[in-house]
Amino acid sequence: MKLPKAVHKELYYKMLLTREFEQTAAKLFIQGKVHGTAHFCIGEEATGVGVCSALEKEDLITQTHRGHNQGIGKNMDINRMMAEFLGKETGYCKGKGGCMHIADFSVGSLGANGVVAGGMPIATGAALAQKYRKSEHITVCFFGDGAANEGAFHESLNLASVWKLPVLFVCTNNQYGMSTSIKKSMNIEDISIRATSYGIKGIALDGNDVVNIYQETKKAKEHVKEHGPMLMVLNTYRWMGHSKSDAQLYRTKEEVEQWKEQCPIKRHRAYLLENGIFTEKELDAVQQEAADAVRAAVEFAENSPEPKIENIFDDVYAD
Amino acid sequence: MRDITYAQAINEAMSEEMRKDDSIIFLGEDIGVYGGAFGVSRGMIEEFGEERVRDTPISELAITGAAAGAAMNGLRPIVEIMFSDFMTLAMEQLVNQAAKNRFQFGGQGSVPMVLRAPGGSGTGAAEQHSQSLEAWVAHVPGLKVVIPSTPYDAKGLLKSAIRDNNPVVFLEQKLLYRVKGPVPEIEDDYSIPLGVADVKREGKDLTIITYGRMVPRCLTVAERFAEAKEADIEVIDIRTLVPLDKKALIDSAKKTGRVLVVHEACQTGGFGGEIVSTIVESDAFFYLDAPVKRLGGLDVPIPYNPQLEAQVVPTEEKITAALRELL
Repeated sequence: MKLPKAVHKELYYKMLLTREFEQTAAKLFIQGKVHGTAHFCIGEEATGVGVCSALEKEDLITQTHRGHNQGIGKNMDINRMMAEFLGKETGYCKGKGGCMHIADFSVGSLGANGVVAGGMPIATGAALAQKYRKSEHITVCFFGDGAANEGAFHESLNLASVWKLPVLFVCTNNQYGMSTSIKKSMNIEDISIRATSYGIKGIALDGNDVVNIYQETKKAKEHVKEHGPMLMVLNTYRWMGHSKSDAQLYRTKEEVEQWKEQCPIKRHRAYLLENGIFTEKELDAVQQEAADAVRAAVEFAENSPEPKIENIFDDVYAD
Repeated sequence: MRDITYAQAINEAMSEEMRKDDSIIFLGEDIGVYGGAFGVSRGMIEEFGEERVRDTPISELAITGAAAGAAMNGLRPIVEIMFSDFMTLAMEQLVNQAAKNRFQFGGQGSVPMVLRAPGGSGTGAAEQHSQSLEAWVAHVPGLKVVIPSTPYDAKGLLKSAIRDNNPVVFLEQKLLYRVKGPVPEIEDDYSIPLGVADVKREGKDLTIITYGRMVPRCLTVAERFAEAKEADIEVIDIRTLVPLDKKALIDSAKKTGRVLVVHEACQTGGFGGEIVSTIVESDAFFYLDAPVKRLGGLDVPIPYNPQLEAQVVPTEEKITAALRELL
């Protein structure tokens, strides 16, 4: 299946936007402009971008704490993402959630989660509502390799399977749960074989191949609508530390360098040039567009007001 | 009015709301043809079908989280957790997800769900099936907490809980399920707002503040004091821990000048401490004729042996002794 040129541009732009967003966010940390923490997905851009770009607006997602690529993939507004990152009133969560809790219900994101596997039962329930209402749409549940060892993983896949719910479970396997290699935390190499225990389909893909992820997600959506849940594992790598305080003593520089050669953005660029889809000049222009958008987002965020303590009780309870 | 059981009142509240609102679904272990471990949902799967009354795997975490997720996506789920002790298995989704969702996402969504679970001792079910864990959930902003003491309150409060746009923990009392009491006819669609305490017995000499299955026990003792002309005791049932009707407690304390707080849950860290603080931090303090006293359960797990089990929670004798100390 050949993808339309516009889709290629979208994938390339969103991956660049994610990287630009995170590299800029990392700089804001160094400048002392950010109060909390952040978890960067640099090197994993193809996962969230590839999957979410293949969805429709009405399809829902639950995100992980390392999910800027998922949010950008689902067309979240980076101005409001950056504002939330800086804890501003104009942020997605009015400065109360920070980047671990970014959500945009209007584009189908039921939110990022600070708890490993925390979004899995929620995604299952969102899909239950879709099935109950006979919706044509599905829910995509993002989680990491670490979450695959939580009880919530087992309970959610089992429940979704027995009820045949329209949920696509997407495991971003970046090889480490914080500092612990999957070699130490599970006795299998291919996480997708766990699907067998729930009587559902499981596939494992190269998580740095955005074109293939996009295509497989389209197919997976049809499978999920017809047969119920499916487990899709995207094998990738986290270039940065777990969070801003990670000295990365648990892995070698050589290992990181090897994975950097598999950079999803570089690979997509090479593919686009080799196949004559875009010229160097055109791709440079896309890169410039992403950089400009992030610069504007920082400006928006920095010029936004701080939240007021007078509003602290807002939204603890709904009316 | 007719007399129905507490369990039947809960069944009626759910069924009547489900007839009116097809966004309500009901999830739980063995709630279908089995009718629930305590028979509360008998007949519901026959009326509403398997799509709306869903027997689940034994997966408290996933059931609770799925209810939250379905609530975020337009439904109004009710979850039955077979024993409130098993809320421990669902705590992550209840506390970190359902309770915080609206606040942490800047008010984008809401989580209209009810988690029903029976608590309390007295059935010989021992340590892991007899706890009263209401203080745990009352401590979490974002949750509402209800504990009804009569069939009338159970039905009226559950209707409000189902219609509420927040996660509500509705803690039932195992020993009250078979107790009968007057409840309006089915066509009389009454409800009781959350956050309004109820004066179950008016009195002028002393106020007992309590909730759940300690309400009928305190009323029995209060009647005995009245018959003996020993004292005229007011009994206030708070009914909802969150939101708490502070004014009702403060007003009654001012009126009588003496307050005893009674609950079955372990005394240390129990909700009684919150009730006492509410009174002594208010201007009711200046009306008090005696220190405010708490009577909670002993700080031990609930034991199996029936004599032991009966003695670790406030008994009529202990309540009587505590009242005499205050009078």
